[in-house]
Amino acid sequence: MNFHRNHWLLLGTIFFGFIGLAFIIAILPAQWMQRNTEPLPEAKPLSDIEQRGLEVYIAEGCVACHTQQVRPLPMDSPWGRPTAAADYALLGPMDVWRPYSPAVLGSARTGPDLSNIGARQSSETWQYLHLYNPRAVVKESIMPAYPWLFEPATGAEGDAPVVTIPEAYAPEGGKVVPTEQGQALVAYLLALRQIPIEGASGTTQTASTETSRDSDASAGGDEEKADAKGASLYANTCASCHQANGEGLPGTFPPLVGNAVVLADDPGEHIDTILNGAQGRTIDGTEYASPMPGFADQLDDDQVAAIVNHERTSWGNDAPTVTAEDVAGRREAGAE
Amino acid sequence: MVNPASLLPASRSAIVTKAAVEVAADRDTASTRLIYVYLGSATFWLLVGTLIGAYLGLKFATPDIDHIAWLSYGRLRPVHTNTVFWGWASLAMIALALYVVPKTSRRRLHSLPLAWVSLGLINAAVLVGDLLLMAGVNNGGQEYREYIWPVQGVFALGVILVTYNMIRTIVGRAIEEIYISNWYIMGGFLWTVALMVIAYVPVYQQTGISETVIQGFYMHMGVGMWFTPMVLGLTYYFLPKLLNKPIYSYSLGVLAFWTQMVFYSMIGAHHFIFAPTPWWLQTVAIIFSVGMIVTLAAGTGNFLMTMKGSFHTVARSYSLPFILVGVIAYFLFSLQGTFEAFRSLNRVWHFTNFTVAHSHLTMYGFVVFLIWGGIYGLVPRLTGREPSHFLAGVHFWFAFVGVAIYTIALMIGGTMQGMSWMAGDAFIESVTMMAPFWLWRALGGGLMFLSHLIFAYNLWCMRPARRDLPQELAAQEAMA
Repeated sequence: MNFHRNHWLLLGTIFFGFIGLAFIIAILPAQWMQRNTEPLPEAKPLSDIEQRGLEVYIAEGCVACHTQQVRPLPMDSPWGRPTAAADYALLGPMDVWRPYSPAVLGSARTGPDLSNIGARQSSETWQYLHLYNPRAVVKESIMPAYPWLFEPATGAEGDAPVVTIPEAYAPEGGKVVPTEQGQALVAYLLALRQIPIEGASGTTQTASTETSRDSDASAGGDEEKADAKGASLYANTCASCHQANGEGLPGTFPPLVGNAVVLADDPGEHIDTILNGAQGRTIDGTEYASPMPGFADQLDDDQVAAIVNHERTSWGNDAPTVTAEDVAGRREAGAE
Repeated sequence: MVNPASLLPASRSAIVTKAAVEVAADRDTASTRLIYVYLGSATFWLLVGTLIGAYLGLKFATPDIDHIAWLSYGRLRPVHTNTVFWGWASLAMIALALYVVPKTSRRRLHSLPLAWVSLGLINAAVLVGDLLLMAGVNNGGQEYREYIWPVQGVFALGVILVTYNMIRTIVGRAIEEIYISNWYIMGGFLWTVALMVIAYVPVYQQTGISETVIQGFYMHMGVGMWFTPMVLGLTYYFLPKLLNKPIYSYSLGVLAFWTQMVFYSMIGAHHFIFAPTPWWLQTVAIIFSVGMIVTLAAGTGNFLMTMKGSFHTVARSYSLPFILVGVIAYFLFSLQGTFEAFRSLNRVWHFTNFTVAHSHLTMYGFVVFLIWGGIYGLVPRLTGREPSHFLAGVHFWFAFVGVAIYTIALMIGGTMQGMSWMAGDAFIESVTMMAPFWLWRALGGGLMFLSHLIFAYNLWCMRPARRDLPQELAAQEAMA
């Protein structure tokens, strides 16, 4: 055995030794995971259009900035429940050029995690506006704009949704229609909804543990802390449509500043809107067509109360505040 | 080679006068031209890849700078990474290996034509691969596995042919022992050939999470079993050669080699800590990441002990400072990688820009600086032409200061990103908070790119002399 003189011994050991190690640490574990990972019983495979959307997602390199991987850490709880191997089980080979499942877990979170984006931001209108130019809805965003997923509206679009772009970002004519690729991408994004796992430390549970810790602290009258929590929840959950300044987007997302429901002495309708969502309401003479999702499943009573109170006491709004018990009451009333 | 320090007085001024290189005696024109064209191609890709990198850095400050699909961030990012990986660093390392392996085997390269074929294949793969990425055609994989298999296959074929060329050269060596450089270099070639095949065979990676297991393995081995052993092997040749003294300890080099192969192979899964990949796999990866400290200490210690007592020579050379920085960066930032694997630190740094800083500290501070050290050490001896010593110094300092600004900004900013997420701040705050750090990064990246322009000019100044051509023609005529 002389590695210094016997070249075949040296080169053979280098080559086959590495292949042996690769089997132990990569190939066999991968094979084992492939055989032993079942999708969740409720999981549905992507529809044709959603699958095409996934292909657009891969082609545009969304993976460069967005993870689809919620770690079992409290800091990841805003993104959903921790992801499990089963969540990726239905991802399969794309085509002959890509005979592997696409990598969606990601390695950088320059933008938000998207594991549950379909539930967190279910408004199709918002997704289109955001893709056309992210800064039209999130002023501070640094995400690229994707105007090539849209065409100018001509009036003869058929079923395709017509999107009105805010003036500062609008092309000539102001209205655009998503191309087939654009529609597919949004269909895929809206399909990204986590399926609850019984017993897994889900968003709501993890979040509520943290919340109860927080509210213990604020029980002593630490209102500032409670408001900071409301502001942070508002920024994460509501601001992308209603905007950080509460003024919404004219004609698309209604303002909360001076909004009659937000200012009403009886907070009932305000709480109900957050819990159950809304569609087709006329506010201050403007009819808003794009639906608002309900947040009953994603936010617990403390969190809804914090958001309601933030909206009722910010941007010049000054209306009576609510408690988590008020929210619990509306939740029960709604369930009956 | 004469020790340059003994030739010149050690006078100190703002600019140290660098020792000139004596003209090499054994000039082989055909092989020199081959190596020079490899380096020229590599440098072309360096300019393309880092111009794109600098442009991408700008986009963090001005996301609406263009609205062109082919130039959008998600498509261009893999163009940057793959170009500097497969186009620049790989070709430059192969170029230097094409000199070192025959030299240490005391014979000519097995086949020059075959080496030209490899060069053509690799250039073609990078060109086509980049255009496809910009057109939105990618493999759907993560880092360094974005080229689709027909493209990566052409690249792999190029590497396989070089590997064969090298094996035949070593097998036919005119010296009994295989020099330690060739252990590392052949390790780099053979491991990479195996890795490319493992990464692109679909059988065991058809669902999301099995693909992730392979991806973790691949993205780490792609760096650590290709670039690392290659540049270490080259340094085992260039460092003693440039210092004109033997390596401090041959056996430390052998120890570091085997631990590199065994420990490094096991640590790929640390790219997916807290992911739903098997927990034991992640733990094994963390343990072996700690084991890598043995390899690092042995390798760096060996190089530094070789330099000990010769730092005057380092200061008077324009190639050795690059090697010194590369060796120190190898130790520090591989160690940083070990720390990043710990679960406690990983939760702060994973997914943040800290990772981007780490990859530039290792790929640039370590790998690319060693490559530059090798190029400045070798090419003047091959062609008999030197670059301006002053411009070589400007190249060094622009690259050094540039990468320092770039990485310090992202390490601070990345840590703050992680802290912001842990504090439960609204996500958008982790974006707005980064704005000044991204500006610093753009500045550092701009300096780095500027240094590459200077390097390209320096390489041009080192081109083989034209007067070699008539001699060669005469030689060919004589043969005919």
